[in-house]
Amino acid sequence: MMHPILTLLVQRIALSLLLLLAVSVVIFVGTEILPGDVARVILGQGAPEQAVENLRAQMGLDRPATVRYFEWLFNALQGDFGVALSNRRDIATAIGQRLGNTMFLAAVAAAFAVPLAIFLGLLAVRYQNRWPDRLISGVTLTAISLPEFLLGYVIMYVFAVQLGWFPSVSSVHGGMSFWQKLNAVALPAMVLTLVVLAHMMRMTRAAILNVMQSAYIETAELKGLRKLTLIFRHAMPNAIAPIVNVVMINLAYLVVGVVVIEVVFVYPGMGQYLVDHVSRRDVPVVQACGLIFATVYIGLNLVADLVSILTNPRLRHPK
Amino acid sequence: MKGMPISAALGLFVTALFFLAAIFAPWIAPYSPTQIVGDLWEPSSREHWLGTDNLGRDLLTRMIYGGRTTIFVASAATLLSFTLGAILGFTAAVYGGWVDQVMSRANDLVMSIPTLIFALVVLSVMPVTIPILILVIGLLDSTRVFRLSRAVAVDINVMDYVEAARLRGEGQAWVIFREILPNALSPLVAELGLRFIFAILFISTLSFLGLGVQPPLADWGGIVRDNREGIVWGIPAALIPAFAIVTLSISVNLVADWMLNRTTSLKGGRGV
Repeated sequence: MMHPILTLLVQRIALSLLLLLAVSVVIFVGTEILPGDVARVILGQGAPEQAVENLRAQMGLDRPATVRYFEWLFNALQGDFGVALSNRRDIATAIGQRLGNTMFLAAVAAAFAVPLAIFLGLLAVRYQNRWPDRLISGVTLTAISLPEFLLGYVIMYVFAVQLGWFPSVSSVHGGMSFWQKLNAVALPAMVLTLVVLAHMMRMTRAAILNVMQSAYIETAELKGLRKLTLIFRHAMPNAIAPIVNVVMINLAYLVVGVVVIEVVFVYPGMGQYLVDHVSRRDVPVVQACGLIFATVYIGLNLVADLVSILTNPRLRHPK
Repeated sequence: MKGMPISAALGLFVTALFFLAAIFAPWIAPYSPTQIVGDLWEPSSREHWLGTDNLGRDLLTRMIYGGRTTIFVASAATLLSFTLGAILGFTAAVYGGWVDQVMSRANDLVMSIPTLIFALVVLSVMPVTIPILILVIGLLDSTRVFRLSRAVAVDINVMDYVEAARLRGEGQAWVIFREILPNALSPLVAELGLRFIFAILFISTLSFLGLGVQPPLADWGGIVRDNREGIVWGIPAALIPAFAIVTLSISVNLVADWMLNRTTSLKGGRGV
């Protein structure tokens, strides 16, 4: 007999794999079958019939969709995404470098955003409904109301153009040292931090406030504990599961926010790669990028679920 | 409208201004949106209140016409997502059983793919036209409406008056449109505001990426895209849509907040 928590974890992971399989079907169907003919769309309405016919044969579109789907899926599982239509380059190699760059940017943003969000969330609870709380809420609400790309340009205008502290274009290449890279991604990382900070901080605040309404908090309060001790020693431990959940969900969001920010700062990552190839109607690249983004997104959501299962003492020690 | 707080009234007023400007754009705008009236990136002056853009077109005119496109696309997409999402959500709640299971799982599947990524994947093989954009945004957004309206309808579906209607022999269509819809309307209307803002941000982002509204038609995301080179030279033309979007989304949020508060206090906390 397996430990019940192990069963739960295995179930959850299996469910995610199933979901991922379904998502791969959706991505494939979405690009291959929707408007009738991909080859025609790529070449445009005015293209001669022979050219469309050639492209169709070259892409293997004359074979049944199910065959092509399984072929695509098995190759993708082995890390082979085929070649790009536009420049005949191997997609996997191109993605390899760019995925590293994107992960670096997301990691830098997360390293700043997570501690800051939790700290500000605590601060907002400590001074609930007083000016620090209102100030934090006001600033984060404005940050939410702005689309990421506009926030990007506002920050670029202030810090790169007016103040001149950081470069306005974030180009990174292999020969740069870690600190040079860090300087190059400072602005995009700052934007991403602001974007997720708002969500993360508000959800952290809500999670702690939720715990603060429990009876044992009132007991601790009546014992005469100082407010900060109360929050750190009594409220925090019980709010950790929801906070970790919030952090993971926001990291998943970060991976998507990266797409737009990379275009703003001309950063050589996955997002830029995806957007470039969407406008060139390069279907194999779009499928590959879509699958990778969806995998990372679902993966981080899975981690959020697993952590909340593991941190729940009722599940860890069943009666 | 009685007892409306000042914040909500202000929000409603500003939102109405944006819509009026969008509707009456040809009468309000001082120039034609495609007419070149001056030098590139002229600073603001008496003739051009917001200056000119990267081709020397009047920026205020572009903003007004741009608002028209953006607000139109967002409204149409919101309308689509609400009609579709609410009807499917109510249907799932009323029928229950395997119908509910199939619809809810399919909805979960679509929601598990990030919206922007999904839109980019679909737009890579679709012609980028306004009707397609409305359809893509509306369909993707209807998954969120589906989830909310299903949750609200499940609560209402077990009420005594719904049971009474069923015992009377009313059909499912009556239950959905005459019993559930009127009672679910207030939380849905509050959600409408948030979905509308989401649609505005979404269409702006797509246009900024060059995959939304196509030139020479103006729209807020496109204005940023057109003028982004100016930023490096210290010309803030690309930042002007930021003010429009922030003002509109905060105003709509104020109204939506007020509606949500009103409905929750009336209905004893349901719909939170």
